[in-house]
Amino acid sequence: MIIDPVTLIVALITVATPVLLAAIGELVVEKSGVLNLGVEGMMIMGAVCGFITAHQTGSVALAFAAGMAGAMALSLVFAVLTQVLMANQVASGLALTLFGLGLAALLGEGYSGLPVPAVTRPFPEAMQAIPVLGPILFSHSVLVYVAIALVGAVWFVLARTRTGLVIRAVGENHDAAHALGYKVVRIRFATILFGGACAGLGGAFLSVVRVQNWFDGMTAGAGWIALALVVFASWKAGRVLLGAWLFGGIAALQLRLQAAEVGVPVALLDASPYLVTIIVLVIISSDRRRAALNAPAALGRAFHAAS
Amino acid sequence: MIVLEKRPQPSRFWVVGAPVLAVVLTMIAGGIMFAALGKNPVEAIRIIFWDPLFSERFAGFSRPQLLVKAGPLILIAIGLSLGFRAGIWNIGAEGQYIVGALFGAAFGLAFWPSEHPLIFPGMIAAGLLGGFLWAMIPALLRVYARTNEILVSLLLVYVAEAMLASAATGWLRNPEGSGFPGSRNLARNPGTDNPELIAGTGMHWGVLAAFIAVIGAYVIFSRHILGYQIRLAGEAPRAARFAGVNAGRLVILCLGVSGALAGAAGLFEVAGPAARISIDFNVGYGFTAIIVAFLGRLNPIGILLAGLLMALTFIGGELAQLMLGIPAAAIQAFQGMLLFFLLALDVLANYRFRWKREVSA
Repeated sequence: MIIDPVTLIVALITVATPVLLAAIGELVVEKSGVLNLGVEGMMIMGAVCGFITAHQTGSVALAFAAGMAGAMALSLVFAVLTQVLMANQVASGLALTLFGLGLAALLGEGYSGLPVPAVTRPFPEAMQAIPVLGPILFSHSVLVYVAIALVGAVWFVLARTRTGLVIRAVGENHDAAHALGYKVVRIRFATILFGGACAGLGGAFLSVVRVQNWFDGMTAGAGWIALALVVFASWKAGRVLLGAWLFGGIAALQLRLQAAEVGVPVALLDASPYLVTIIVLVIISSDRRRAALNAPAALGRAFHAAS
Repeated sequence: MIVLEKRPQPSRFWVVGAPVLAVVLTMIAGGIMFAALGKNPVEAIRIIFWDPLFSERFAGFSRPQLLVKAGPLILIAIGLSLGFRAGIWNIGAEGQYIVGALFGAAFGLAFWPSEHPLIFPGMIAAGLLGGFLWAMIPALLRVYARTNEILVSLLLVYVAEAMLASAATGWLRNPEGSGFPGSRNLARNPGTDNPELIAGTGMHWGVLAAFIAVIGAYVIFSRHILGYQIRLAGEAPRAARFAGVNAGRLVILCLGVSGALAGAAGLFEVAGPAARISIDFNVGYGFTAIIVAFLGRLNPIGILLAGLLMALTFIGGELAQLMLGIPAAAIQAFQGMLLFFLLALDVLANYRFRWKREVSA
């Protein structure tokens, strides 16, 4: 057999993690009624900041922190533009991506191919050696488990806590939330920064753990796929995990098919993660009731307190 | 504290003034960025904005380049502005540009080495068709499956890039290229060449098409019912529906036109300045055109000026790379900054700043 299912599942989980992190952050942002199309730009900033820090300091933990900080700085620009200056969210998000791609390329000049510290695994060798379950469950970087835990935490906070209720209220009807005394702008600032941190962490995971290298445009649309995942998940945290693994599965599988030189054109394999994402979007969106019910009602609308 | 008060009408002064101020602020912020890179900021700004036009050493070469670079930007941005005005976000012009170039080049190469005078018009038609068809995917999916056109058009850019790579290394590769990727040189054959029309100006068929598009868009927006419908759909979607504007048709029309124009821009580029299909044939015109459209305030004349300005930053950026060793990526960051400042300053057009004392509830 050319493709071993166990290594495929291990690869799938690794490939899915950056997108999963970015998507779960964007889910919270969108739940508060803000559409940030700058995920791709924030991810690549996270990737470059993380990679540079990992190379310079030799610390993976610091690299993750730097990735988060870089992307959060960028998301702060978006927050000021859209929340204080009431700029169009679609245009501001695009500006963020264009600027982020340029700035990341600028910062990363000369860093391609430099070494980064090895990533430690939290579980002992003996557990990783258990057949089938060992590699699948215990062979990953800490961040993979953190990402999955984060999905659980986001679900819990949004669905079960007062904080989550406030975030959702702001996303459904900002005028009503404002009338009740909630600080709409402040809450949205917080979610936007949280989204930035998640996207930056995803980017840093990509460059420091998964690829262990930096090159221009290395996110290759992962940020856009993260945005698509939020729609796919109908704004539900658990389904983001499902969607990320589906995407990771396709991406990991196509890489293996390319290596195995099966008779499928390489271009088609290269394009398959994007094509599958589009097909899944179509299937999800055509369900009229679900699409209409789940999107936060104030998504993408600027808020200006009249009084 | 300072509060913002919505103006009843957007300020006429700031609608024009904001882009100008944004350019000035970008120069200042860009200067700071160049200084951080260890370059002389004043010199860098002069090399980017002044030398390509007025220095004796470079102007001879770089002035014609202005139209070469501005042509595709204007052509694509005009198309995008139709949709943006109506709230239809085609973000995938880069992909439509690539597919237009592939269709056009494939048509021309199919008849190689014929020099028949109808081949070039056929290539233009194929380029238009390629971009149009690629844009129809997000358009039809939005109308019939309610899929978000932003995401679909964008994801299709990556699919188009995969197609470009396979064309350059496979089905359009030069059979006499001894295995190197890249197609035949289209500029070498008079039948497929997109020549400079007036020597020394940089004006080729694509630039002419861009000017025609500017005039066409101006007429549509100021004189035609379609321009009215687009504005209405963007500003008051419900009112538009009551006024009998068919939203689905508008989506197909706006995306179709912008896709076709982006496809044409790709064809003119591949048959002229780029001369061949290669793996890195696309240079981000489709994305930069988004900045051009906004900087030009979605207004045809504005887009014309913004396209020329953005072309200047490209040429000046190359010059700065050559003279000062400023990395090419700095220019991209610089262009992104411009869009930030523009979006930030929009607040001046729509709101008034007022000092207001805190009122205790």
